Parts: sequence; C-alpha cells; structure tokens
Amino acid sequence: MTEMSKIVRTITAIAFPFAMIYGLYVIAHGHLTPGGGFQGGAVVASACAMILVAFGSKWTIDKIKEKRLSVFESVGAIAFIGLAFFGLIFGAVFFNNFLVGNDYLFGIIPVVGSGLADINTAGVIPLMNFAVGLKVIVGLFAIVLVMAYATTNYKEGKK
Amino acid sequence: MIYNIPYIAVVCLILIGLYALVFKRNLIKMVIGITLIESGVNLFLITLGYRKGSIAPIYTSSPGGIMALPIPQALTLTSIVIGVAVLALMLSLVIHIYRHYGTLDVRKVRRLKE
Amino acid sequence: MSKRNLAAAVFFSIVAVVFIFSALLMHPFGVLDESDMDDYVIENTQEETGANNGVTSVVFDYRGFDTLGEATVLFTAVAAVIMIFRRLKND
Repeated sequence: MTEMSKIVRTITAIAFPFAMIYGLYVIAHGHLTPGGGFQGGAVVASACAMILVAFGSKWTIDKIKEKRLSVFESVGAIAFIGLAFFGLIFGAVFFNNFLVGNDYLFGIIPVVGSGLADINTAGVIPLMNFAVGLKVIVGLFAIVLVMAYATTNYKEGKK
Repeated sequence: MIYNIPYIAVVCLILIGLYALVFKRNLIKMVIGITLIESGVNLFLITLGYRKGSIAPIYTSSPGGIMALPIPQALTLTSIVIGVAVLALMLSLVIHIYRHYGTLDVRKVRRLKE
Repeated sequence: MSKRNLAAAVFFSIVAVVFIFSALLMHPFGVLDESDMDDYVIENTQEETGANNGVTSVVFDYRGFDTLGEATVLFTAVAAVIMIFRRLKND
C-alpha cells in the first residue's frame, strides 16, 4: 500500500497516543468495569492498523520486523500458562486463584454489594489480563501487517 | 408473537448469510456470507441469557436489581475470537488462490492438477 | 434454470421454512425457567474471586480452561498466516 497525504499522516500521528492510552485503560481495569484482555487488545490493534494504513506498508515494515513481533506473542502465551501452573504449586488445583486473601499484591476482597473498589483486588486476574492483552495486540497487528505487505509486490512477479 | 423479535432477527441474519454462501460465485462474497452466519449465531447465544428488566452483571456502582446471566456472555467472547482467527485464515487462502489461478470464480478453480 | 440452481433453491427454501417455524415457537423472550449455575456465580463472585466484574471472573477463574483453548487457537492462526506469506530468500 502506498502512503497517504501529509495532512492524514500528521493527524494520525496526533491521534495515535490517545487511542493507545484508551486501549490500555480498558485492559488494565478489566476486573472493575466492562472490558478485559480481548476487548482492549482489539482497540490497540485497531490503532496500530491506523498507523499502517496512513504511513504505507513499506515504511512500517522497515521499522518493525516481523521476527520481533513473534517473540512478544510467545512471551504473552508463556506468561498465561505460567500463571496457570503456579496455581498448581500453591493449592494442588490447575488455574487456582492463589493471590486472593493476602495483603501484599492483589489480594484485598471488595465490599459485598454494589460499590467502588480498588485496583489491587481480584487476585491473579489482572496479571492474566495483561498477558492475554499483549498476545491479542501483537497477534492481530502481525496478521494485518503480513497481509498488507504480501500484496504490494504483485506486479513485479514475486510470489 | 411480537415478543420473539430477537429470534426472528437471528433467523434473518442466518438466512442472508446462507443465501450469499449458496447462490453467489465470487469467493469474497462467500467469505462474507460465512461471517454473517457466525454473527447470527453469536447474537443467538446472547439473547438466551436475558431476564426481563435486568441490568449488567457488574457490581461497580450498580443501581441494584436483578442481574442478567454472565456465563453466555463469556462463551460468546470466545466464539467471537475464534471467528476472527478463521476469517484471517480464509482470506489468506483466497489471496493464495488468486495468485495461482488468476481468477476468483469458484467454478473455474476446480482443477486438481497443475 | 439449470438443474443445479433448482436443487439449490429447493434446499434453501426447506431450510428457511424450518428456521422460521422454529423461531416462532421458541419460549418468550426474557422469561427463564431455571438458572441455578448463574445464580451461584452472581452470589459468590465477590468473596471467592474478589472481582467486581462477573463476566471477567467467569472467563478467567470459573472457566479458565476455555480461555486456554481460545488462546491456543489464536496463536495457531497467527503462526499459520505468517507461514503462508513467508518468502524464501536466496542468498
């Protein structure tokens, strides 16, 4: 894909941080408000796809190589499975929520009934939200990037 | 009969998707038909879990009252993500077919050799 | 019409009649008979998991195994798409 005009590129560079902060907010508050790992990951991937459309696929793939993207996705998947296996050590059940009840990391139990709560509640769920959110962001952006780059060199006869 | 409008909407979505899958010849239109069928099934899963006059199943500053069922909403989330994965693979295979045969007509890409 | 179009039209009309007939005979929208599993989740989700969000506690705590399967499907799809469009570089 070729790049767009100078006005579109400037406005995209201004609007990209706001979209990314909104997506990270949806991921981080997944245990208090509607949202979570998958929804926030889709929002940030849409912001990254906006960058790809405005700046052209050749410029984007010169900045970001796809080999580095697959490392991030593997880190997200291993973190998710590692958190599931940690529950096996502390309670003899797979996917055990072992951080509920202590006062250190994420263990405060909120007031029963409708009301506000802190962020450091809900045990191991925010850590799982971060792992799944990283996986979804990198996965969806890699799909769009590879497909956009593979359809630009068609006229030269490459395969 | 007027109380069943969500179920009639689900049936309309599935029938439009099935029409695009059976009667059209372009490959991209058939992929769009498959996505429409999958959207209809997700809508059906969510409308099965609603109680009359209920609110969302979230406790943060909620106005109080009966809550809707949270388990169908969780399973629909998984179904949407699986639909995205299947759509990505279908589109990449369509791009590969177009490069090899030069056409997108589904009745001309039937040769098994070459 | 050709024979193939006639067979497709007959099949499609049979399926359409069956679907519309069953959509009009469903139970009324919004009236549920039994919902024991979801009542247990709504009652006990703040003491057992500590989350204020019922849907997130079902996705990641009560039914975390389905989320593991879905993460595997997403990883496989991304790996397959990258592998289809890989170009072999001749040095």
